[in-house]
Formats: sequence, C-alpha cells, structure tokens
Amino acid sequence: MAEQQRGTQAVKVGLAQMLKGGVIMDVVTPEEARIAEEAGAVAVMALERVPADIRRNGGVARMSDPQMIREIKAAVTIPVMAKARIGHFVEAQILEALGIDYIDESEVLTPADDVHHINKHAFKVPFVCGCRDLGEALRRVAEGAAMIRTKGEAGTGNVVEAVRHARAVQGAIRQLQTMDDDELYVYAKELRAPVDLVRQTKALGRLPVVNFAAGGVATPADAALMMQLGMDGVFVGSGIFKSGDPAKRARAIVQAVTHYNDPAIVAEVSCDLGEPMVGIDVREKGFQSYAGRSE
Amino acid sequence: MAADRATRIGVLALQGSFREHMTLLARIPGVQAVEVRTKAELESCAGLIIPGGESTTMALVAERWGLIPELQQFAAQERPIWGTCAGLIFLANRASGTKEGGQALLGGLDCTVQRNYFGAQINSFETLLPAPACLPRDSDPADTFRAVFIRAPAITETGSGVEVLAEYRLTKEEQAVQQRDSVVVAVRSGALMATAFHPELTQDSRWHELFVDMVRKHAAERAAAAAAAPAPDPAAKLGRVPTRPADLPVY
Repeated sequence: MAEQQRGTQAVKVGLAQMLKGGVIMDVVTPEEARIAEEAGAVAVMALERVPADIRRNGGVARMSDPQMIREIKAAVTIPVMAKARIGHFVEAQILEALGIDYIDESEVLTPADDVHHINKHAFKVPFVCGCRDLGEALRRVAEGAAMIRTKGEAGTGNVVEAVRHARAVQGAIRQLQTMDDDELYVYAKELRAPVDLVRQTKALGRLPVVNFAAGGVATPADAALMMQLGMDGVFVGSGIFKSGDPAKRARAIVQAVTHYNDPAIVAEVSCDLGEPMVGIDVREKGFQSYAGRSE
Repeated sequence: MAADRATRIGVLALQGSFREHMTLLARIPGVQAVEVRTKAELESCAGLIIPGGESTTMALVAERWGLIPELQQFAAQERPIWGTCAGLIFLANRASGTKEGGQALLGGLDCTVQRNYFGAQINSFETLLPAPACLPRDSDPADTFRAVFIRAPAITETGSGVEVLAEYRLTKEEQAVQQRDSVVVAVRSGALMATAFHPELTQDSRWHELFVDMVRKHAAERAAAAAAAPAPDPAAKLGRVPTRPADLPVY
C-alpha cells in the first residue's frame, strides 16, 4: 500500500476548503475560544491582543506566548490558527512545532522582514496570507500560501477597506478573463506575479485557493456583504469581543454567513445585538494603515 | 433522461465543502444536485450528502433553523444519507472527542467515531487505499482510490450490522499513539454510508457513483419517490448572487 503523504497541496488547501462558508474569530483567552466555538466558529485565531488593542497600545506586535496558544488549543476541538510576523520564519517554525492548524503570516503584527515573506513551501503546516489586490494574492500563492484573505484594515470596525480589497481582486479577475492569452505575459509582469498562476486564475475565474474576507467586519450585515461580494468566508477580529454582547453577535455573524443571500434571515439575526465595536475612520489624521505594511 | 426524472440528490450547504460535492455530482449522468439549506429544499431530495466541514458549526447552524428534526425524519424514511468527515460524525451513534457539552448529532449508524483521530493539521495526509468490491472499477490495475484525510475522524468500533468498506493501516508512529494496527475509515449500513476521508477533494467520482446507485435502488423500492416535491427555485432569493465561479482546482 502507498505511503501516506503529509503537507501536500491537497491537504493544505483541503483544510481551507472545509472552512468555507464559515467564520474565523480572534480570541485572546480559552474562555473566549469556548464562546466562539459555542457560537459556531469554524476556527479560532489565538492571539495576545485583538487588532483594536494593538492599534491603541502601539509598540511592536509579535507572535503570542506559546503557553497561551497551548491553553486555547486545549480548550476547543475546532482548528486553531495563530499569527506569525511577516518574514519571521522562526516564529512560524515555533507555531508548527506547537501543532497549530493554520499560520496567518499577518501584517497586523509588526513585519520582521520588509522585503521577503516566509517561504511557505518549506512547511507542512498551511499558511493564510493577506492581500489588497490580485498581484499580491498570487505572489503569496507562489510563495506557498494555501489560503488568502483580503486584508481590509484590522481593528477599525470599518468595512470600507475590506470591500475595496475584495473588489480589487474580483475586478482584476474579471478583467483578466476578457484578455487574450497572448496578453497574459505582460499582464503578469504588471501584476508582478508568475504567469502560470495568472493563466490558472483566468481559466478558473477565481483565485486558485480559498479566499476569505478580513479587516473591519463588525456586523452580520458586513459579513453577508463580503459573502455577496464573492468571498468564501469571513475573519472577524475585534468585531466580536470588542462589542457589547460577544456571544450573541458571534452567533448572529455565523448565521449571516451561512444565509448571506437571504435578507429576511440576516434581518432576523441582526436584531437586538447590543453595542457594536467603536469604529475608526481610515481617513482620520494619523491613521496607520496595516494593510500597506507589506506587498 | 428527462430533467424531471433525474435523481435529485441534496448536499447540505450550511458550511464546508458542499460546492466540491455538487461539482462531482454534476459529472454523473441523470443526477440533479441541489444545495440544501431549508426544509423545503431537503424535502425535494431522494438522497442527501452531508459534506466535510466543521461538525460543531454545522450542528449549531442546523439546530438554529430547526433542521435537525427534519434531517432525523429524512433518515427515518430511510432515504439514503452519505456523510463525509464531519458528516460521518453527524451519522454515528457515538462520538468521542467532541466539544464540551457534546454536539447535536443525527445518529443512525451503529458505530463509535473519534473526532480528530489523527491529531492536528500537520498530521493530516493523503494516501492510496484498496478500493472495496462495491466501488465501480476504474482503469487503475492496482485498484486503489485516493483518500484525503483532513483533521479526520476515524471509526473505532462498528456494530454487527455495519459493513466495513475501507480500512486504513496506521503508520508505526500512529500505531504507537493509538495502540492498534488499523482503523475503519468507510462504512455502510442500510441507507447510510459514511467516509472519514474526502472523495470530493479528488477527481475520482466513484464514491459519488456508488452513492447515486444506493439512492436509485432505494427510490425504485419506494415508488413514492417519483412524487417528490418540486425543487424550490434557487434563484428566488432576494440577495445578490456572487458573479464569480465557485470551483477550486483539484490538487
């Protein structure tokens, strides 16, 4: 009988395929992780501070304490993700050694390498990476990312950047589909992405990996908006545990993602959720963009 | 075959890899695949696939809209159900390794499953397993099928009426952890079938053909199936349907 093979592309992308149509929630304690699981999250992102607190406190944001990640892992049965700094392959090695299910190489943490991302092919654990447009998405896939999330602006509670990035990716793919095959070489050069991935994207009419939305989703309506814009699922960071009634809001966002195309259901689950998180206007003076920290 | 006489197979579309199942079903002649989110959609189907995904999420969403009793009734009418991975956990009578407080399960399959049997994602794997005799032959002389296991459950005990379709031989490392040589990964019992792996992540549609065959045999026995309710119009919803294709490449 054939030997088993771990960490193949089918296995890496496969887990993301199992998460489709679901909500991945940021949690900072085992108790929050349990609330997320009870609400129907498909996975949790274990981190020390949610992005809203990273923004408020400032300083360098790093990978979380492994002890804290272990405790969250022990508290739930759903997959646990954790963030490593961009280019910090040793943080990624540590997370792999901890048995984390997915690593988010995230611009929300302070980048450790402002030129190179992690070579994700070198790992058996799969990675999710952020993007603002099609070129950035395909560069990450070329480096081995098995899942993509549009970046948005984490910790703002403002969905405008998430929408901008989702539209940028989808719009570029539609444009790509109208092109002649002869034109793909120059287009790939403009995108700064490998031509074979550009060709594959044209043929599929979508990114070749699972594509979630992230960065600013705060309400069930925001989540359903991202789904109707063609995303495969949603990350919710500060939006849940920075709101008035996290358990109720978490449940509502899960329902809105499953039934994103049924306004009557989204209306019903949106009722009486308490205070949403306080939002930040991304055009405010002194606003620091996390999305622009890597390309 | 006329469209109105096609075998209508539902795929529970609450979360997970339902799209992949739809794509493979679409390749089988005479099959109409339907995404099932509501009671009305379920009612129109002669058989149902519960896809891979997070069993806790699917159970909670199904519960919220009262779908659990509907699914139980579907099973009680002995309309065939096939569960893959999370779907297997739905169908098993006993499950261990579930979240605190347990999960709302459908049951019906006399076996015990253990969630996340192989551990975390780094232990997920793919392999080739010997094809059971009931699986349609393909051109492969070794007669194997590609099995992808993603944070997969396994069947640790089976009742007497349960037919074992596939077993997986554990690696030395896994044997040391589990204290056994092999574990059951596919079973069939009456109108229920369950697999711990994901045929929907491969190009191989033989497991889907096997299930369609089960559904057709059952529908033939049950003449009433011909009078199944018409499928609701999927375009009747008010929201905007995403304009991009949903199919991912098969790796």
